[in-house]
Amino acid sequence: MMPQWTPYLVGLPLLGFLLSGLLGLLWPRYRRWEIGIGVLAVSVVALAFLLALGLFVGLPQEELPLRVVLYQWIASGDFAAPIAFRLDTLSLWMTLIVTGVGALIHLYSIGYMRGDAGYWRYFAYLNLFIAAMLLLVLADNLLLLFLGWEGVGLCSYLLIGHWYADREKAFAARKAFVVNRIGDFAFLIGLLWLFREVGSLDLGVVLDRAGAIESTALGAIGMLLFLGATGKSAQIPLYVWLPDAMAGPTPVSALIHAATMVTAGVYLLARLSPLYVLSPGVLGLIALIGALTALLAATMALVQTDIKKVLAYSTISQLGLMFLGAGVGAFSAAIFHVFTHAFSKALLFLGAGSVIHALEGEQDIRRMGGLSRHMPLTYCTFLLGALALAGLPPLAGFFSKDMMLTAALGSGHEVLWFLGLVSSLLTTLYMGRLLVLVFHGAPRAPAVSRAHEAPAVMRLPLVGLAVGAVAAGWIGWPDLLGHGAWNWIGRWLSDSTADLEHGLSLGLEALSIALSVTVAVGGLWMAFRLWGRAGLEADHMLQRRLGGLYALWQSGYRVEAIYERLFVRPLLQGSAAPLRWSERYIAGGLIGLASRSAFFIGSGIRRLQTGLLSLYALVMLIGALGLLAWFLWRSL
Amino acid sequence: MQVVLFGICALLAIVGAVGVITARNPVYSALFLVLNFFSLAGLYLSLEAQFLAVTQVIVYAGAIVVLFLFVIMLLNLRPEDLPRFRLDRTGPLVVLLSLGLLLGVGMGIWSLLGASFPQDPQAQAVGTVESLGRALFGRYLVGFEVVAVLLLVAMIGSVMLAKRRFQ
Amino acid sequence: MVPAGGYLLVSALLFSLGVMGVLLRRSAIVMFMCVEMMLNAVNLSLVAFSRLLGDPTGQVLVFFVMCVAAAEVSVGLALVIALFRNRESIDVDQIRLLRG
Repeated sequence: MMPQWTPYLVGLPLLGFLLSGLLGLLWPRYRRWEIGIGVLAVSVVALAFLLALGLFVGLPQEELPLRVVLYQWIASGDFAAPIAFRLDTLSLWMTLIVTGVGALIHLYSIGYMRGDAGYWRYFAYLNLFIAAMLLLVLADNLLLLFLGWEGVGLCSYLLIGHWYADREKAFAARKAFVVNRIGDFAFLIGLLWLFREVGSLDLGVVLDRAGAIESTALGAIGMLLFLGATGKSAQIPLYVWLPDAMAGPTPVSALIHAATMVTAGVYLLARLSPLYVLSPGVLGLIALIGALTALLAATMALVQTDIKKVLAYSTISQLGLMFLGAGVGAFSAAIFHVFTHAFSKALLFLGAGSVIHALEGEQDIRRMGGLSRHMPLTYCTFLLGALALAGLPPLAGFFSKDMMLTAALGSGHEVLWFLGLVSSLLTTLYMGRLLVLVFHGAPRAPAVSRAHEAPAVMRLPLVGLAVGAVAAGWIGWPDLLGHGAWNWIGRWLSDSTADLEHGLSLGLEALSIALSVTVAVGGLWMAFRLWGRAGLEADHMLQRRLGGLYALWQSGYRVEAIYERLFVRPLLQGSAAPLRWSERYIAGGLIGLASRSAFFIGSGIRRLQTGLLSLYALVMLIGALGLLAWFLWRSL
Repeated sequence: MQVVLFGICALLAIVGAVGVITARNPVYSALFLVLNFFSLAGLYLSLEAQFLAVTQVIVYAGAIVVLFLFVIMLLNLRPEDLPRFRLDRTGPLVVLLSLGLLLGVGMGIWSLLGASFPQDPQAQAVGTVESLGRALFGRYLVGFEVVAVLLLVAMIGSVMLAKRRFQ
Repeated sequence: MVPAGGYLLVSALLFSLGVMGVLLRRSAIVMFMCVEMMLNAVNLSLVAFSRLLGDPTGQVLVFFVMCVAAAEVSVGLALVIALFRNRESIDVDQIRLLRG
């Protein structure tokens, strides 16, 4: 496979977007042709996946990284931003994740969105998202990467607000956009600063000259870029948008807000890892933020009653673990976790989508239960996804999580390692709770008895993702086995990421793994005992036992309220008076001035319009004489 | 020979022009216009522009003035319908401005006043049918074709305009 | 031999007379005639220059001017007819529909 094919990776989904969008916009009958729209959208992404697979198989690892220049995008003075793609192990791997999981979720959407009025719009945006995401991961230039970064943000906004007629959902979309904007602003400043220091935004140049940047500036740039990453990847302090983003269609939550877009921050850290390893302070902060996010989000996930909110907080928590991994220098492990998490979390979201679909829109887990009898396949796949996420060996999540935790321990961050372990325990608890409350026990609502399995087009992606959730981890066995000989993914990614070496004795590593396994098994056992016996009563019991702490978790540590009081309300109040003033005097006054001056000037000039042809001719003659005089005077 | 031709034709042209603008009846104006056009054809002949002289007679004196006469007769204006001269306040101003125009142009061509025409055979052959044909169907072919379309459009347009009855 | 200036002066004189006619007469038909006269005056100087420079371009231009003039007269006179049908007058001072 030739690397020249790379632009088609982005081009194919973009073509799908243009076709769906234009046809739907211009030809109303096309909007009702759901099969056509769906097949087009799925096939472009599937083709992109096959293309990525071809590149992955056909390009020997020794030939990477490659640079494929499409054309010069911006050239201004010393600054040049070509549309260029970078093919290396990292970007190729991310491309495989995005297109592979993306194709399955597109397929699932055909069934999930059936009968929706905005069918064509939905698939157009979904294709645009894939294009933007691939641009993000393949970009060889940080400005181009930023274009993709903004593109996925835009698509996220459009798809969260897919049902924009609902005010709540429109507000959720707006919130996601605005919160992301804060991060993006920091990101942009970071980029500009980086340009000032390095003089280029080409990845190759930036990574080569990273060592030459003065350490304070490097730290500041790293912080700014990291702040951008916290926005996109929903980390403290900018995580608040992700739970609300669940207002979008469930496949969107699976694709954008679980598997791909939210991992862009982790990708950015891994992409710029040669830069980050030079400032250990920033790395430490990243690890700390990641660990805290993982822990806090996990506690919040434990008390949610909306099936999608549980998964949303779980996503935040898992992303926190990835940042922890990146922060301790295990960038490849973080990307590995992106990979395994994409399968398990997309699977869980799609399973939740099937449940919601079967219950005609019900999302409250208090009114579910006993669904395993009615939806056996969904149950089985959901179970696999949940166990994989909980980190039960030999399912996928165990390997990547373990790789990050051993790295944390090995790099001397014992406290963070412990926080990660606690988060893992909480993960097993809330996943067990979710599984039990949704699928086990007695039905708690009449709708459950009418539930039925989803159509085949939705079941197939579930099976495909379930295979991934089981087996995706087997490409990265712990170093304990054969001293890293079986860690294929680590070797593959190490070409692109600058992992920090950590010397962990075999004994300690074995201990860490043993603890992980114990936590996973023990947590699941505890969850099944607690919620399996008492059902919803277990929630109430926890509420009584934990008291204030439980209330704190339920209120999300009051972060929303604090933000509301600290930022949102002062901003609204502070801008109300200037708005009124400018409305009246600037906007109103200026418009009035314009209209009135047009009126006065017109009433003066209309006197000149006598309608007398001869007068016009006379004026023309005078003008001609004037011109003649001017030329004569010039020639003198 | 050329001097005599020029003298007679220039005089007649000016007489024709003055007649056009002073005759009260438009039919007389049109006849003076024919005089003007014919004498211009004579001036073209004295400039060795034979083709244009013929064209001038055919197109201007033949077609255009006939068109004018047709319209005048079609309208069948009674003497009291004829608009009067505008000899109000603007009259002297107009005459003054026109003289100013003449003066300006005269100043503009001052340096050319004494220039004499080249007498070599090549320069004399500029106005022949052959020379103009080569130019028209060579360098200016596109313009020539476009003018054909323009004439067609004008024909259709004038038929439509004259046919329609406005409310 | 008559110098080029003679032709140019006649041309300028005819042009000025044409201008005067357009501005002094109120009859639309006579105004048109004067416009034609102005076009002819320009034609004369074009031919004179063409002869002076030995370049047929000037005469080609005259040819085009004649065609355009023919088109212009046919449309213009059609307008005069339409106008007269509606207003019973060809006095341009009576027609002030476009008065502001």
